[in-house]
Amino acid sequence: MAQSKKTRFYIRTAILTVLVVAIIGTIYVNVTKEKNAVLAVGDQAPDFQLVDMEGNVQRLSDYEGQGVFLNFWGTWCKPCAKEMPYIDKHYQLNKDQGVQTIAVNIAESDFKVNSYTKQYGMTFPVVIDRKKNVMDLYNIGPLPTTFLVNPDGEIVRIIQGEMTEQDVANFMEEIKPL
Amino acid sequence: MKTLECKCGHINPEGTQLCESCGRPLTEEARNKPLADMRYEGSARRSQTYNKTIIDKVWNFFSSVKVGMWIIVAILVAAAIGTILPQVFYVPANNATEAAAYYERVYGTFGKIYNDLGLSNLYSSWWFQGLIGLLGISLIIASLDRVIPLYKSLKKQKVRRHLSFLQRQRLFTKAEGVQEDVLTDAEKKLKELKYTVRRENGALLAEKGRFSRWGPYVNHLGLIIFLGGVMFRAIPGWYVDETMWLREGETLAVPGAPGYYLENNSFEFDVYDPTDSNEVFSDAIERVGTIASNYQTNLTLYRGENEEITGDPGELTEITEGPTIVNKPFKFESYNIYQMDFRLDELRSMTFQLQDKETEEAFGEQFTIDLVNPESDYDLGDGYRVELVNYYADFTGFEDGEPQSKSPIPNNPAFLIRMFTPDNPQPETSFVLIRETIEPFGENEYKIAFQSAETRDISGLTVRKDLTLPILMVGGIIFMIGVVQGSYWNHRRIWLQQTEDGVVYVAGHTNKNWNSVKKDLHIVTKDTQIPRPVDQQDPEADMDFDEGDEKS
Amino acid sequence: MSLVEISSAALYLAFVAYLLGTIFFGGAVKSASKEKSAYNKRWGFYGITITVIGFIANLVYFITRWIAAGHAPVSNLFEFTAAFGMMIVGAFILIYSMYRIAALGLFALPVAVIIIGYASMFPTDVSPLIPALQSHWLTIHVITAALGEAILAISAVAGLIWLLKNIDMTKKSKQRFWIEAVMYVLVVTIGFIVSTTVFSLTYEPVQYSYVNAEGNESVIEYKKPALFGMNESQAITEGAMEPLVNVPALVNGNKLTTVVWSVIFGTILYGLMRLVFRRRLAEVVQPFTKRTNSQLLDEIGYRSILIGFPIFSLGALIFAMIWAHEAWGRFWGWDPKEVWALITFLFYAVYLHLRLTKGWQGEKSAWLALIGFIIIMFNLIVVNLIIAGLHSYA
Repeated sequence: MAQSKKTRFYIRTAILTVLVVAIIGTIYVNVTKEKNAVLAVGDQAPDFQLVDMEGNVQRLSDYEGQGVFLNFWGTWCKPCAKEMPYIDKHYQLNKDQGVQTIAVNIAESDFKVNSYTKQYGMTFPVVIDRKKNVMDLYNIGPLPTTFLVNPDGEIVRIIQGEMTEQDVANFMEEIKPL
Repeated sequence: MKTLECKCGHINPEGTQLCESCGRPLTEEARNKPLADMRYEGSARRSQTYNKTIIDKVWNFFSSVKVGMWIIVAILVAAAIGTILPQVFYVPANNATEAAAYYERVYGTFGKIYNDLGLSNLYSSWWFQGLIGLLGISLIIASLDRVIPLYKSLKKQKVRRHLSFLQRQRLFTKAEGVQEDVLTDAEKKLKELKYTVRRENGALLAEKGRFSRWGPYVNHLGLIIFLGGVMFRAIPGWYVDETMWLREGETLAVPGAPGYYLENNSFEFDVYDPTDSNEVFSDAIERVGTIASNYQTNLTLYRGENEEITGDPGELTEITEGPTIVNKPFKFESYNIYQMDFRLDELRSMTFQLQDKETEEAFGEQFTIDLVNPESDYDLGDGYRVELVNYYADFTGFEDGEPQSKSPIPNNPAFLIRMFTPDNPQPETSFVLIRETIEPFGENEYKIAFQSAETRDISGLTVRKDLTLPILMVGGIIFMIGVVQGSYWNHRRIWLQQTEDGVVYVAGHTNKNWNSVKKDLHIVTKDTQIPRPVDQQDPEADMDFDEGDEKS
Repeated sequence: MSLVEISSAALYLAFVAYLLGTIFFGGAVKSASKEKSAYNKRWGFYGITITVIGFIANLVYFITRWIAAGHAPVSNLFEFTAAFGMMIVGAFILIYSMYRIAALGLFALPVAVIIIGYASMFPTDVSPLIPALQSHWLTIHVITAALGEAILAISAVAGLIWLLKNIDMTKKSKQRFWIEAVMYVLVVTIGFIVSTTVFSLTYEPVQYSYVNAEGNESVIEYKKPALFGMNESQAITEGAMEPLVNVPALVNGNKLTTVVWSVIFGTILYGLMRLVFRRRLAEVVQPFTKRTNSQLLDEIGYRSILIGFPIFSLGALIFAMIWAHEAWGRFWGWDPKEVWALITFLFYAVYLHLRLTKGWQGEKSAWLALIGFIIIMFNLIVVNLIIAGLHSYA
């Protein structure tokens, strides 16, 4: 008799636990779904590969061991235009110290991107995300959005909106390999 | 475990109302009732008998039908509240701030409160999902707690029941001094009525449709599987719900389906032609104006060469092509592409002519600027050429002399163009807008005149994948089987007992549709000395109604 | 005569037959004696015969219209509501064939008549299917759901008869008040039909411009004298009456005007009836219910829910989910119509559980059945006309 009471207790506990855990788990996932979809600081930066305006293949994982300053931009976006000169300046200062810069344009035309890079004298690799799948992968909403990727390939900061020159300098410093 | 021993010698679990074997009432309460409470056959629901630990208490809480009903009522009321105003996903807003503004603007203070309380996103709230979760727990525990004892007692029931059990049945009659063998005659009739008949000296039990008693548990099982299926959606990769806007001629990656690309070959939008369609429709078409007949996007599906990595797809290989039409999605693998929305007539390209500003005399050929992928140089022949210096897709004005565009979408295209002509050594510069031309560097001799434009449509597509569907389908089918089994059949039982001195007792019971068992009993008792069984629960039963009589 | 004309004529015939059938069923139950009488039986027989003839005419309407349009006539508010009325008669015939209760006909047929009358207040022309409705699931889902609802409606009729019979009309009570409220609502529905018909014959439609909730200017046509104007409304038609008062953009003044006119006409009608009979309406009809067996009515109510509930679940939830998946890629979207179908389902689930485990029979069951029908009608009328969603037909 005592045996069966014990068994009953364990069975009931087990069933209730499974149910409660499953339900709370589901609710948690559902309620946090929107936030989950967006990459977060601490996540591994998803790899991608695009061809730059010079015709070179730019693959994020090729820069392992270096910090990557990953900037998403558009030719029509005003804050992008303001920060581009700062990025270029600090790219020049940091590129030999292990900090790479990649600027990803969202599906605009070659004409527009070329005239823009010429106008702003951009010297770092510029790639066009023609199929918008890198944009999807990084869940890009408003532009500009910048991801700081450390030498281990981890996202250490996500910046939405405009950066000052000081910001750009500090951020590049942050992902410099030791 | 405590037990209850019946006078007939059968040992019943504690909490039993009616002896599992002979049917004698075992509790004071059951003895005092004029009619037997036949729910769960008077068996002991296990949950009620143990109430020691906290786990038992929680278990018993969920086992209660009353609690289950309150949960359903709570869901019902909450669901109704959620329909007072449109939910946030039906509102034209991209984010929470816009949604809040929308509710306040359109529905005033009430809308603001509604949105602030989270009622505008009620069905996704943790508490609403929690209620559904509680309902799931209640379904599982309440069913488990009842189906097992019910199964046991239906299996154990004896042919011979105690007289006190028979008398407490709703349908009961008795006759005295019956000499002929009633049981054999009844057995024959009941077998014709498709009853399963068991006999034991002087007692008969006829049973029909016992399987309908399992209906509620089968349908609960279906509901549990269904709710379980819905939970599996939370597993990453099982459920994809994405949207994409795809312009005619454009090829984009399919969100949520890595490695796949879709091209929009063309969008079709048709309306019913008042002269061409079925003439019975003419009034309706006249009244409404135009009635849409078709929305369709013709798609080509590609797979990229660089499948393992996102970004540049490499070479695209065509997999298949076909349309997505409302109600007929485009399917590939486990994905469905739905035609959900569209926008007509976005500018695609513009054609211009170089002209003399005064005389409007044309020079050279017309040239077309592709707004999606513009080129920089256009040779017009005869020594005339133009150069596109810059292009502003959504021109809004100048800032510090710099033309501004607020988006990459050609809503208001503007072009900075240099015109090279044989007679001018220096090119003239013109800033061309849709309706005007600005001459930033002084008077020009030439101008760029707009000739024509091509537009294209944009399809709003939804990408969906749901691996839980087979589970939901199974759940739905099991639910339907259970609910039909429990509703369209009923469990009828008829007891007959004849003593040696010629006293006959007849009792009948069913879980629903009493008319059916009344008819069956009437067939058994007519042409015998046994009076027609009386419905002991019906105070009007003795009255003579011409309605509701046995008419098959 | 074209197919559409045949169809309309058949519907008209059915409508008249149901009215006649009501009278005959009234004859069948009118005798106060509880004696079996050949007289009553004969009237009951005539009643059901006329009803079946009417139902056949109704089917002719349905089938000819189906053939003429090339799709099942359940594609707009008129068609759906008319089909629902037809199915209520079908469900009544089904239940009648089991229980032979003439009183059921006396109450079910007028309900069907009112519903068909209500239906014909909406545009009745045959319209082609918009893309969203071009699916076989339209036929399957709508017909099954409507059939389920119609059978569930019979349980409300049985409940109504139970209550009319058993509520003590001589003493003031909550029950007496609410049953009279049900009668009043039925009269207001007739008020809607009467007012719409009167104004369509006597009132020239008038156009107003107004500003909608989004701040855009729009034009609306009033078919009834405007009691309530839309937000900042201005008459366009010359000589149009100025609305008594303009309502905020959130409220549709045109619909509010229709509702208020229905209530005005309904209340006048109700008042006249009270004057003529000098009794409560529930009391007026009570004698017609006295000869029924309460226990049997209770069982009919329960049985029709048992028959209707699986059909409703199949049509309004399962088929609905399959179609929603085919059309929108999600089987469930929390659209108001979907939610109210779920509420209906949950409500009847509660009914069944309370009946089985708490022994809610007789009066409680009857009230619940009535509330269930109110939920169904709410989904048909309010959700379609007021809470706009993906399902709004009009």
